[in-house]
Amino acid sequence: MYVSYKWLQEYVDLSGVSPEELAEKITKSGIEVEGVETLNEGISGVVVGYVQEREQHPNADKLNKCLVDIGAEEPVQIICGAANVDKGQKVAVATVGAVLPGNFKIKKAKLRGEESHGMICSLQELGFESKLVAKEFAEGIYNFPQDTEVGLDALEQLHRDDQVLELGLTPNRADCLSMLGVAYEVAAILGKEVKFPVSEVETSSEKAADYIQVTVDAKEDNPLYVAKVIKNVKIGPSPLWMQARLTAAGIRPHNNVVDITNYILLEYGQPLHAFDYDRLDSKEILVRRAKDGEEIITLDDAKRKLTTDHLVITNGENPIALAGVMGGANSEVQADTTNVLLESAYFIGGPVRKASRDHGLRSEASARYEKGVDPNRVRAAAERAAQLLAEYADGEVLEGSVEADSLSVEPAVVSVTLEKINRVLGTDLNMKDVEDIFSRLQFETATDNGTIIVTVPTRRGDITIEEDLIEEVGRLFGYNNLASTLPIGSATPGHLTPYQNKRRMVRHYLEGAGLYQAVTYSLTNESKAAQYALEKREPVRLAMPMSEDRSVLRLSIIPQLLEVLKYNTARQNDSLAVYETGAVFLANGSDELPEEREHLAGAVTGLWHSHLWQGEKKPVDFFVVKGILEGLFEKLGISSAVEFRQSEKEGMHPGRTAEIYLSGTSVGFIGQTHPTVEKEYDLKETYAFELSLKAILEADVPPLQYVAIPRFPSITRDIALVVDKEKAAGELESIIKEAGGALLKEVQVFDLYEGERMEPGKKSIAFSLKYFDPDRTLTDEEVVKAHDIVLNAVKEKAGAVLRG
Amino acid sequence: MQERLKELQTEALEKISQTSDLKELNDIRVSYLGKKGPITEVLKGMGKLSAEERPKMGALANEVRDAIAAGIEEKQKHLEEAAVHEKLAAEKIDVTLPGRPVKTGNHHPLTRIIEEIEDLFIGMGYTVAEGPEVEKDYYNFEALNLPKDHPARDMQDSFYITEETLLRTQTSPVQARTMEKHDGKGPVKIICPGKVFRRDNDDATHSHQFMQIEGLVVGENIRMTDLKGTLEVFAKKLFGEDREIRMRPSFFPFTEPSVEVDVSCFKCGGKGCNICKKTGWIEILGSGMVHPNVLEMSGFDSKKYSGFAFGMGVERIAMLKYGVEDIRHFYTNDVRFLNNFQVHE
Ligand SMILES: [Zn+2]
Repeated sequence: MYVSYKWLQEYVDLSGVSPEELAEKITKSGIEVEGVETLNEGISGVVVGYVQEREQHPNADKLNKCLVDIGAEEPVQIICGAANVDKGQKVAVATVGAVLPGNFKIKKAKLRGEESHGMICSLQELGFESKLVAKEFAEGIYNFPQDTEVGLDALEQLHRDDQVLELGLTPNRADCLSMLGVAYEVAAILGKEVKFPVSEVETSSEKAADYIQVTVDAKEDNPLYVAKVIKNVKIGPSPLWMQARLTAAGIRPHNNVVDITNYILLEYGQPLHAFDYDRLDSKEILVRRAKDGEEIITLDDAKRKLTTDHLVITNGENPIALAGVMGGANSEVQADTTNVLLESAYFIGGPVRKASRDHGLRSEASARYEKGVDPNRVRAAAERAAQLLAEYADGEVLEGSVEADSLSVEPAVVSVTLEKINRVLGTDLNMKDVEDIFSRLQFETATDNGTIIVTVPTRRGDITIEEDLIEEVGRLFGYNNLASTLPIGSATPGHLTPYQNKRRMVRHYLEGAGLYQAVTYSLTNESKAAQYALEKREPVRLAMPMSEDRSVLRLSIIPQLLEVLKYNTARQNDSLAVYETGAVFLANGSDELPEEREHLAGAVTGLWHSHLWQGEKKPVDFFVVKGILEGLFEKLGISSAVEFRQSEKEGMHPGRTAEIYLSGTSVGFIGQTHPTVEKEYDLKETYAFELSLKAILEADVPPLQYVAIPRFPSITRDIALVVDKEKAAGELESIIKEAGGALLKEVQVFDLYEGERMEPGKKSIAFSLKYFDPDRTLTDEEVVKAHDIVLNAVKEKAGAVLRG
Repeated sequence: MQERLKELQTEALEKISQTSDLKELNDIRVSYLGKKGPITEVLKGMGKLSAEERPKMGALANEVRDAIAAGIEEKQKHLEEAAVHEKLAAEKIDVTLPGRPVKTGNHHPLTRIIEEIEDLFIGMGYTVAEGPEVEKDYYNFEALNLPKDHPARDMQDSFYITEETLLRTQTSPVQARTMEKHDGKGPVKIICPGKVFRRDNDDATHSHQFMQIEGLVVGENIRMTDLKGTLEVFAKKLFGEDREIRMRPSFFPFTEPSVEVDVSCFKCGGKGCNICKKTGWIEILGSGMVHPNVLEMSGFDSKKYSGFAFGMGVERIAMLKYGVEDIRHFYTNDVRFLNNFQVHE
C-alpha cells in the first residue's frame, strides 16, 4: 500500500511529524515502511506554460516550433518533438535552468538552426511511471486543464509536492489496504483522532428502486449487494488532486467515474464497480455462480471461460462482471455513458481468490476481497462515491439504494485477562495501561475483575483470539520496552545425538584428509538424478518444475560433485577433492513421502599431492581414496566388518570399481569414474565414492574398551605367494586370517610383483604375518605349527605357491 | 734418563699439537704409549738405577705418560668437535623454502554457521532436531496454522510434488513434528537446521534452495521477554559482544505476537553504512510466541503451555558475517570461495 502523506493529513493531524519520522513510528509499531519516496525529488524550474503559437519547424518534419507563454515578460520559443503539442494548450515547461530527474539540466539550445529556450514535458519526463500516465498523454506531452494559471509551479499543480510511504503489509493487516485503515493505525500510534470524510448529497426525486432490481442467488458468496443509480453523468477527466492521489497510490487515472470508484477503493478499502446502466440491457442485477462453460469478455478484452467455481454479476441472463475481480466489456463505462449503476458489494474471499487464480487476474479489488473487506463500510463507500459522482461528474443521484442483504455483522468480542497479557509478554502492566492502549486503537472495552472484554471493530478482522489482543498491547507498548530474561524451568541437557556427533567427526576427518565440504542442490535433471544411485528407484518429480534442470530430486550426490569439479576445472583448478553429506530421495509412490537417506559422497580429481621443488607430484589413484575411506571406517570402529569387492557399475571404470560391504550388506561403492564421464565433465582422472551415511554411522559398534599393551614379544613371518593374476589380495588375506587362528594378530601386504620374472598370468604377493599371545612368550614350535596351517590353507584354497 | 723422559714428553706434545687428523693422533698414541713405545723402552734401563731413584723415576715416567695421554684426549675432543662442526656446516639448508604441504579441506561456510549456532544453543540446553526435506502439506502448512486457503501461503510459493507433498518451504515442520512426539508434555527446547526450497529464480539474492535454522522453546510460563533475552545472547555470540537487538512487530501465521528482529549494525555500530542501508540496523530473523493453534494442533494445552520460536536464513547470516555478495557462491562451490573458510576463529 502506497500512502500519500498529504492525503493522510486529511484524516489525521500529522503536524510536527515529518514523513520520515512517521515512517519510523509506523515501522516500530508493526507495519514495515519499506520506503519513503519524494515525488518531486530532483525536479526544479518546471512551470505551467501556454502554447501561443505552433508551427512546423522549417528544417525538420517531426519538430514543432512553439511560442510559449511561461508567465515571464516575453513568451519564449521552444522546439518540441511531441506529436500532440498544439496551439492553445496549457503545458508543463522545463525552463532554461530547470533540472529534471537524473540531474538532467535544461539549457538554451539550437535545434536544426532554431533556438529553443526550454522543453515542453511529458509526465514521464517529470518522474511519472509510464504505466501510471493517463492513456491520452501516454505517448506525448501532458496538457493541463484550461483553467490552470500560467507561470505556476507545474509540479505543485500536479500535486507532486508530496511524499509517499510504501507500507509492506503482512496478510493479516488487510485493514491498512485503505487510507482510513492507515489513519486508524497512525492515530493509535500518535494518540490522535480520526477525521471522517463527510458524504452528504442531494438526491433526485426519482428512486433507484424504479430503475433496478437486485437478486443474489449465491448468498453465501455475496451476503450484501448495494446498488445505486446515478443519472446524467458527464464523463471527463477527474480533478487533478484526485488523479494525483490515484497516481501516488499506483493507480492510473482514466475518467471521472472510474477514478471515483478507485478513489473510494483507496479511501475505504471497499472495491466499487460502475456499470453503464444503459448497456445492461435489463433493469436487473442477478448475482450467481457461473455455469460451466459460460463465457465473459472482461474489461481487458480477454475472453474468459467460467466454471461453477466462479461468481458472476449478470443482467438476469448474461454475465456483466466477474464478481470482485473485473467488470465485463459489455457494460463498461465509456465516453458516451450518461447513466451509471454503482455496485458496492461484500464478496467472500474464496470464490474471488479462485477466479483471480484461474484467470491470472489480480486486481486492486480482488486483492482486497481475498484478504477480507470491512462489511460495515459497504454502504458508506457507496454513499461517498455517489457524493463524488454528483460533485465531479455532475451526476444526479437517485434516492435510496437497492440492496440484497443477508449479512449479519456482529463485531467480535474477545476477552483477555491482565494476568495473561503480563504472563505472555513478561511485562508488569496495569489495567489502565492496557485500557489506554485499546482506547488509542478505538476498541471498545469493558472490564470485569481483571478481565478486559474487547469489542473489536469490524475493520480489524484479524483480531479473533486473546493472543491477537496481546499482540496489540505488545506492539503499542513497544517491544523495545520489554526486559530481557531467559526461560526458567526444569533444566534440559543440551547435546547432539550419537549420529549427529559422528557426522561431525566424518566431516572433520574428511576435511583433515584434504577434502572440501561442498553443498549442492537437491534438485537436478532426470538424466543425472539416478546416474550413480545406490538403489535404482523412481526419482521424485516436481509437479511443476521451474526448469528441466531442476525437475527431479537426486538419488545420488556424485553427479552434483562432478559438476563442482567441472566448474572448478574450467577455472584453472583441475586438482580438487570434495565431499558432501546430504539426503537423496527414493520415491514411495502417490502421496507417500519419499524415503530420504543421508548419503556421504566424495570426488577427487587431478593431482592428489604435489610439492614441486622437491620433485613430488602424485595424481590421485584408487588407493588414495580407498585409504581415506579405510581410515574413516577405522575411526567409526567398523573396519573389521567392511569389505571391498571388485564390481562393475554404470558410469564407473569397469576394472577400477569396488562395491563396499558392511557386515555382508552393500553400503556403497568407490572407484574411478568412467573415462567417457570424465570426458563429458572435462575432468582429469577422477575417483569418486558414495556411501549410505546412515548405514555406516548406525552400524553396531561395541562400546569402547581398552586393550592391554602386549607384554610379550611377537614373532613375524613373511611369505611371498605366487597366485593367478586374477586372485584378489583380499581373498588371500581372508584365507590367511581364518587359517591363522587366535595367535595370528596382524596380516599386512608388503609387496606386489607382477613383472617379467613371473610366469605369464601369475603374480606374487608378499604378506607379513605377526603372531603373538598377550599372556606369554610364544615358542618357535607353536608359531611353526600355526604358520604351516596358513601355508596349507593358501595352497589348497587359492592355489598359491610359496615363492622360493 | 730423566732428561730422556722430558724430551719424549716435549716431542710427543709437539707432534700432538701439530696433527689435525684423528688417525694420526691414534698413531701418536700407539707409538708413545704402546707397550713397545719409547717410554717403556726408557724404563727398561731402570734396573741400573739405585733403589732410591727407582720410584722417583717410575713416578716421573707416569707423569709423562699422563701428560701425553691428556694431550691426546684434549686434541681428540677438539678434532671431533671440529669434524661435527664441519658436517653440520655441510648440512645447512635454506629454511625459507616452502614446506611439504599438508592439504586440508574445510567446512562449507553454511555448515560453519550452523554448527556455531547449534553449539551455542546446545550450551543453553537445546537439542538438534532434524526432519524430512520432502514434507506433507499438513506439517509444512496446516499444523503451522496455515490452512489450505490461507492468504499467507502466497508468501511462500512452493515446489509441490503431489497435492499433499512438497519440498518444505521452511524448517518449521520439524517443530511441529517434534512437538507432536512430545505428547503434550514440556519442556521442548530444540534447534532445527536444514535445507528448504522456494519457487525463486536464482540470482544474487535469491536461491531456490537455501538453509534455515529455527529454534523452539515450549514450556510452562515461557514469556516474550525470554525470547528477547535468548536472541540477545544469540546476537552477541554471532555478531559480537557490543551488539544490541531491536524487535519490530510483524506477522507470521504460526506465532502471535510475531516480531522481526534487527541487530545493530556490526560494521558501523549503528551510525549507518551501506551494509545496514543507513539505518544502523540489520534484519536477521523472524520470531514470536507460538500461536495457540499450533500448540493445540501438536497436542499441547495452550492454557498451560506457551512457547517462543525463531528462525533465520543461514545464507543471509553468512553473507552478513563474512561479507559475501552473491548467494550463488554457496552452491557453485568454487574452491577459491570455499578456501576462504580455512581459518579457525
Ligand atoms: Zn551499518
